[in-house]
Amino acid sequence: MATEILMPALSPTMEEGTLAKWLVKEGDTVASGDILAEIETDKATMEFEAVDEGVIGKILVTEGSEGVKVNSPIAILLDDGESLSDTNPASTSASPSAQDAEQTGSQPPQRQAQTVSPPPAAPQSNMSPDWPDGTPMKQQTVREALRDAMSEEMRRDHTVHLMGEEVAEYQGAYKVSQGLLDEFGQKRVMDTPITEHGFTGIAVGAAFGGLRPIVEFMTFNFAMQAIDQIINSAAKTLYMSGGQMGAPIVFRGPNGAAARVAAQHSQDYAAWYSHVPGLKVVMPYAAADAKGLLKTAIRDPNPVIFLENEILYGRSFDVPDLENFTIPFGKARMWREGSDVTIVSFGIGMQYALQAAETLAEDGINAEVIDLRTIRPMDTGAIIQSVKKTNRCVTVEEGWPQSSVGNFISSVIMQHAFDYLDAPVINCTGKDVPMPYASNLEKLALVTTNEVINAVRQVTYR
Amino acid sequence: MATRKTTRKLSPSKKTGTARQSNVSSEELKTLYKDMLLIRRFEEKAGQLYGMGLIGGFCHLYIGQEAVVVGLEAAAEEGDKRITSYRDHGHMLACGMDPKGVMAELTGREGGYSKGKGGSMHMFSKDRHFYGGHGIVGAQVPIGAGLALADQYLENGRVTFAYFGDGAANQGQIYETFNMAALWELPVVFVIENNQYAMGTAQKRSTSTPELYTRGAAFGIPGEVVDGMDVLEVKAAGQRAVAHGRSKKGPYILEVKTYRYRGHSMSDPAKYRTREEVQKMREERDPIEQVREILLTGKHTTDDDLKAIDKEIKETINAAADFAKESPEPSLDELWTDIYAPA
Repeated sequence: MATEILMPALSPTMEEGTLAKWLVKEGDTVASGDILAEIETDKATMEFEAVDEGVIGKILVTEGSEGVKVNSPIAILLDDGESLSDTNPASTSASPSAQDAEQTGSQPPQRQAQTVSPPPAAPQSNMSPDWPDGTPMKQQTVREALRDAMSEEMRRDHTVHLMGEEVAEYQGAYKVSQGLLDEFGQKRVMDTPITEHGFTGIAVGAAFGGLRPIVEFMTFNFAMQAIDQIINSAAKTLYMSGGQMGAPIVFRGPNGAAARVAAQHSQDYAAWYSHVPGLKVVMPYAAADAKGLLKTAIRDPNPVIFLENEILYGRSFDVPDLENFTIPFGKARMWREGSDVTIVSFGIGMQYALQAAETLAEDGINAEVIDLRTIRPMDTGAIIQSVKKTNRCVTVEEGWPQSSVGNFISSVIMQHAFDYLDAPVINCTGKDVPMPYASNLEKLALVTTNEVINAVRQVTYR
Repeated sequence: MATRKTTRKLSPSKKTGTARQSNVSSEELKTLYKDMLLIRRFEEKAGQLYGMGLIGGFCHLYIGQEAVVVGLEAAAEEGDKRITSYRDHGHMLACGMDPKGVMAELTGREGGYSKGKGGSMHMFSKDRHFYGGHGIVGAQVPIGAGLALADQYLENGRVTFAYFGDGAANQGQIYETFNMAALWELPVVFVIENNQYAMGTAQKRSTSTPELYTRGAAFGIPGEVVDGMDVLEVKAAGQRAVAHGRSKKGPYILEVKTYRYRGHSMSDPAKYRTREEVQKMREERDPIEQVREILLTGKHTTDDDLKAIDKEIKETINAAADFAKESPEPSLDELWTDIYAPA
C-alpha cells in the first residue's frame, strides 16, 4: 500500500523547513536508513532517512522549496511491485493521512484546558505544644541532641546509616557523631574519602536501593560540589519517575558562618535549598528542635536538607526526656508572645531575634518572636496569624539579601495580610558581600542584634 | 581488603562465527536476534514519531548499539539492577520493560512509565530494577555504585550494571566513584559504551588515553575491551564481569566498542563524520545482521522463521505506537503530584 512520506520535525522547535535537496529520484528503491533528502531546519541541515522500504513513487515537493510545513506530504512511497496508478489519486491529493497526522499526530488528545490551582498554602497554624506539660527535661547541647537523634533512629531502623568525611574513626569533625562507630560498627558508620560529588551520588543511589542514608557534610559549603546530585538526582527523581522511586535521605552538617573562616567556609544555604521542590529544608535553633526534627527527617521518605550551625553545637538547651520524641515539619515555634511587631527567624538568626526582643521589651516594645524551624514546608500560617495581630514584621537571617528567605516571607505577607500591614516588612540579612576574614569586617558583614532593633523601631515608628 | 587485580586486556576472540556459536543454542540465538531487532524497530518508530511531532524535546536513539544491552542482559540474573544515561530506550526494552509504556512516555502520555512526566531521558521501573534514565552526563555512575552499596549492605547477592558513554568517561565524578567502589568492593559493573563520539566530538579530540578499559587501573579495578557489535562476545564478557561482582571481588570495567548510526539526538546533523564511515559500519559490522547470518548459515532457523519474528516485532511496535498515540495526556492534576512522598 502506498504511504506518504511526511515533512519531518528534526529539532525540538522546528515548525517548517526548506527541502534543500533530494538524494533519491522517482523510481528509486529505498531501504530503511537510506538518506532520502537534505532538509534545512532553523538550526542545521539534516539528512532525512527512510523508515520503511519501498520505491519512490512520486516526489510531491521539489527541491529548493522553502517553508514546507512539518507533517505535510513530500513524497509517495510504493510497496515493491506497486505502481502509482494502483493508488487512489484522490486519497493522496486529499491527503487523508496528512489530516490524520494532524489529528492523531501533532495534536494529541487534548485535556480540556482548565485552571489547576496548586495545593492551598495553608494559612493556618498549629501552635500546640511539642511535648506534654510536665514532661521531665534535661540540659543538652545541640551537638548531643543531634547525636541522640541519630543513634535512636539507627537503633530503630537497621537501614539507617551514616556516611561522610571523618564521621567514624575521628568521631566527627565537630564531634556530632561521637560514639556512633563504637555502637553501630563500620558498616553503618562509614568514613568516606574527601569526594563530595561522588559520595553524595553513591548515597542517593543507596537511598534508591532501599537504605536510609544520613550524609554528613563537613560543612554545607563543600556540598556545593555535590549540589547536582542533591537537586537533579535526589530532589527530582520521585517526580520524574511518576512516583515510582524517591530518595529517603538526610543531608546534614554545619551551615553558614562559624568564626573567622572567611568567604569559602561561611555561606548560608537556606535560601538556595528552599527554592527546590522535592526537597524539605530544616534549620533548627534549639537542641530540642534539633533532636525532634532530625528524627523526623530520618523517618521522612523524601530528601531533607538539615542545616546546622557550628556556633550553636555547643549551646545548651532544655530537651524533653522522652522516648520517641519527634517534631513535625512545617510547624513554627513561638518563643515570645507580643503585640507590637512580629520577628520571624530560624537557625542562628534566632539569637539576634531573641536578644533584640529582650532589649526592645525594656523600652516597652513587645515583639512576638517566631522560629520557623523548617523553611520548606514553611509554617506561613503562623506568620500571617501573628502579623494580623501585630501589623508589622521584621525577618532575620544570616544569608545574603537578594532572593532571601525573608524576601519570600515578605511576599507571602503581602498576598495574605496586605491590608493588615502598617509598615513595609524589613528583611534583616547578612551583607551583600563575600565573608571577609578580618575580625572587624566579619562583624560588619553578619547581621547584628542592633540591626534587628533598628528595623523594629523603623516599622513601629518608635 | 582483598588484593587488587591488575588490569588486563583480553585479546579479541579469533574464533569464527561458527566456532563461537557452538555452545549457544538455536533458541538463545533467536532470542538475542529478537531482542536486538525489537530495539532497532522501536527506535526507528520513535524516530518516525519524532518526525511527526508526536515526540518532543530531546530524543537519543540507540540504533547500532543494540548488542551492548542485549548481550549484557543475557548475563544478568533476576533482581540485578541497571542504570544508564539518557540514551536509554534500548536498556529499558532489554530488561523487559513494556514497549507500550516506554513509547507512551516518549509521547508524554498518561500510559508512560513516568505518567508522561519524565520523557525520553527520565524513565524508571522499580519492577524491572531499572533506575533510570538520567539526563546529566556521568551522574548515574555514582548512583549505580550506591545501588550496589545498598545490595552489599542488604547482603542480597545482586549486581548493578552502571552504563555510561565515552564522553562521560572523562567526568570527574566517575573517578571518585571508581575509588570508592574499589575501596569498598562494591558489586558493580561499569559498562563504558564507547560509540566513539561524545555528541559531536570524536574520542581522539576529547580523550588523552583512548583505552578506556584501563581507566580503573589506578584504583585496581580490572577492565577489558569488548567488541560491542558482537552480541555473543558482549554476553561472554558480561558473564565474567558479573561473576566477579557476585563473588564479592568488587567492581569491574567493560569498555564495549560500539557505534551509533544516528546523530547524537534527533536534531544532530552529524556533520562530524562521513556518510561512508557510517555506511561501512552498517554494512560490515551490524550486530543484528551478524546474528542473522549465524542463524541462517548455521541452520539454526529458516528464512521463514525469521520473517515470522520480523512480523511479530513489527506488530509489537505498531501496537506500542498506537498505544502511545491513543493514551491521553496526563491529567492536569498530575502537575502537583509526586513532588513529595507521603510521610
